[in-house]
Amino acid sequence: MNTLKYFLVGFLFGIVLTKSEAVSWYRIYEMFQFQSFHMYGIIGVAVATGIIGIQIIKRKNIKDIDGFPIEIQEKPRDNARYWIGGISFGLGWALVGSCPGPIFILIGAGFMPVVIVLIGALIGTVIYGALKSKLPH
Amino acid sequence: MSVIYQTWPWYVAGFLIGMVMLSLIYFGKNFGMSTNLQSLCSMTGLGKRIEYFDFDWKANRWNFVVVLGAMAGGFVAVHFMSDPTNVAINPKTIELLSQMGIDAPNGQLMPQALFGEQIWESPKSILILLGGGILIGFGTRYAGGCTSGHAISGLSNLQLPSLKAVIGFFIGGLIMAHFLLPLLF
Repeated sequence: MNTLKYFLVGFLFGIVLTKSEAVSWYRIYEMFQFQSFHMYGIIGVAVATGIIGIQIIKRKNIKDIDGFPIEIQEKPRDNARYWIGGISFGLGWALVGSCPGPIFILIGAGFMPVVIVLIGALIGTVIYGALKSKLPH
Repeated sequence: MSVIYQTWPWYVAGFLIGMVMLSLIYFGKNFGMSTNLQSLCSMTGLGKRIEYFDFDWKANRWNFVVVLGAMAGGFVAVHFMSDPTNVAINPKTIELLSQMGIDAPNGQLMPQALFGEQIWESPKSILILLGGGILIGFGTRYAGGCTSGHAISGLSNLQLPSLKAVIGFFIGGLIMAHFLLPLLF
């Protein structure tokens, strides 16, 4: 059960992202052309659901499944990393139409060319790791 | 039953993605797919050479299980829950794509022009996919999160840094979709 629950949450995530076509290159392109509300609706409702859920967790001091207090990490208050990293990510997202979750989902679904995207993403991760101390954050 | 084969509406998908994130928070974890990229690199022993990868990746094994589940979900959804009405994008978008020589969806998630079998024989196509991957991997780790970590989790927790990152994602995406893609195709 301990491991199974993570598998089931992932399974639901994979089905939802595929069936809503958020993993589709076409949907990402359509979003960046502002020619459909679909992707904006998905992100908007996900965030709205998340905001409500997190507010309930915080106000009612809900404990996690093991009985520990829930602490949600704050993001570091940097600047450059979000702009430069964000723009780099966006360029790649619109080029190959998949962010890290969908990369794995699409490979699972059998789209073998996406393996090249994954190899690229791992190379990009190594580049960041190697340059981290020299980059502005 | 046909509703499961059709494209799922944005409000259903958005709600379920929000619930996925909240479930992981309830399990005492957090929702972030790109952390797995760092863990995968760490697994290979890179931590001996590069400090960024010197951490206990085994603590993130639960996240690999989420990934395995997501891969299985993608497999089931594509092979058992699809029909030809899927990916009904805006006809104006199809028109824009045809000007670049990119095929219309016809029910498929991915264009043949970028993800068809012929790409294995085209160095240009391979470089495009590899380059896109590098931008994604570098960008998401530099920004400290991707669509799941910043756009969904970060914004849900009202984090200003995540808003900056998401605006960055869109600046990059708009530059690519409007100016660079037409140069590449």
